Amino acid sequence: MTAPAAAAENEQRDAAVFDVERLRACFPILEREVRGHRLVYLDNAASAQRPEVVIDAVTDCYRTYYANAHRGVHALSEQSTDAYEAARGKVARFIGAPDSHEVVFTRGTTESLNLVAQSYGRPHLEPGDEVLLTEMEHHSNIVPWQLVCEQTGARVLAAPITDDGELDLDRFAGMLNERTRVVALAHVSNALGAVNDIPAVVELTRARSDAAVVVDGAQAVPHMAVDVGALGCDFYAFSGHKMYGPGGIGVLWGRRELLAAMPPYHGGGSMITRVTFERSEYMAPPQRFEAGTPAIAPAIGLGVAVEFLESTCLDRIERHEQELLSHTMEVLNDLPWVRVPGHASNAGSARAAVVSLVIDGAHPHDVATILDEQGIAIRAGHHCAQPLMDRLGVPATVRASFGLYNTHEEVELLVSGLHEVRRIFG
Amino acid sequence: MSDLRDLYQQVILDHYRSPRNFGVLDPATACAEGHNPLCGDRIKIYLRMDGDRVDGATFEGVGCAISTASASLMTEAVRGLERPRAEALIASFLALMTGDGNGAAAVDLGKLEVLSGVKDYPVRIKCATLAWHALRAALEGGDSEAVTTE
Repeated sequence: MTAPAAAAENEQRDAAVFDVERLRACFPILEREVRGHRLVYLDNAASAQRPEVVIDAVTDCYRTYYANAHRGVHALSEQSTDAYEAARGKVARFIGAPDSHEVVFTRGTTESLNLVAQSYGRPHLEPGDEVLLTEMEHHSNIVPWQLVCEQTGARVLAAPITDDGELDLDRFAGMLNERTRVVALAHVSNALGAVNDIPAVVELTRARSDAAVVVDGAQAVPHMAVDVGALGCDFYAFSGHKMYGPGGIGVLWGRRELLAAMPPYHGGGSMITRVTFERSEYMAPPQRFEAGTPAIAPAIGLGVAVEFLESTCLDRIERHEQELLSHTMEVLNDLPWVRVPGHASNAGSARAAVVSLVIDGAHPHDVATILDEQGIAIRAGHHCAQPLMDRLGVPATVRASFGLYNTHEEVELLVSGLHEVRRIFG
Repeated sequence: MSDLRDLYQQVILDHYRSPRNFGVLDPATACAEGHNPLCGDRIKIYLRMDGDRVDGATFEGVGCAISTASASLMTEAVRGLERPRAEALIASFLALMTGDGNGAAAVDLGKLEVLSGVKDYPVRIKCATLAWHALRAALEGGDSEAVTTE
């Protein structure tokens, strides 16, 4: 077979494998109607939906083998513990972690980032030290650092973004210095979809400081293949509910030697080796950071979500979502009354399938109500990124965020919904 | 079944596009800010009291059609009212929004009735009541911290 013929065959096979209608059928909620219309779910950046296999895994755990993990010697406890730890192994493999002991289960990205701020940041920060963020951060990657800076006398700085909504790497580099102890940034911006070049950020950081690089990966993990080794960062945080997994479960990945040197975040059962009233001794990571009964069934469901993403193939998911993004931007560019702030028109850089738009003369909340009337779920507001909204000079935006199950037909429905907004608000 | 035409009536769209009494009132005797932390919208209400009578009311801020029109209509409705009457108007409007029959009849809401369609959109009720909570705070003394819808 000639090379072009082989490539064509590969392409055909890829297209055949990424069958969006078959994938949609895996998500029961997509069958429902909202206000007399078939649901068009474009709020995936806030929280995605779950495939039946994930729902079944959680239900199956509760129906057939649930017990507390790491506690009992009875059969159910053993089975629950095995399933919980197997999920940890699946997550480790999924993000390229060399060792599953580097995977800490948390309640979500927010708790993961608070954990790093308190257990890594607090012992390392002194008065005058700096925590360098970016202007595009979610509140969950701002407030934990403000809290630890109040406790330690360190200060929070934010590296600027360009008008095109991209991190200004030159100015970021210029803000790094020997007082920088932590660099914390999003892998993918939740409001703009901008994809930060983490390896470049790591390289700049290592050359100019001893700072740890903490990455908020909540918006990256469901949409692109992530390998923490290739990224080169020190910590990577993400949430189950945005990656088609259960709510209430999240992950903090950290380098083994860093985790090993960190004090616990929460105290309680399951994280100690010996307790007396004088002192306690703590277990090694990850148990040191998992005080109390963990979210066992959600963790098991997350393991299944990981398998679902792997079997669907993240490269194909990314390609599909990129096509939806191109389609959306193409149509929006033809509408002079729609602006997409912070999205470069030449689109030279990497973007995840998130579109934050504003419509002349119509507030995002009114847009959301009118779209909702047509069964279209989008998010209107500041997207927990008020400093970014200030930077873009808008109080709020309408955000459409795509997932693996969205279709080109839904892009067209969104656009006709925007025309309805225009008709009402004129 | 709710209908968008009931929500976005022409009067509401008109007050959204051309808000009345918009801007800082100078001099003012009281002001208060309303904040909806859910959406980030902020509306500031300025009042000038002449004894117990509302001599003037203005507002400023950025909000959706519902919150802007509600604030605009409110500043028109409250002007010239004696304090107890203004307080009764606030109570009646909030009762209309929450569908609370008690007190709804206390004051004739007149033009404000155009906002009654909002009660069919529960997540938008806070948009309509934002300015009214701020007005109540301003009447109670003003210059306090932002009142929130939460």
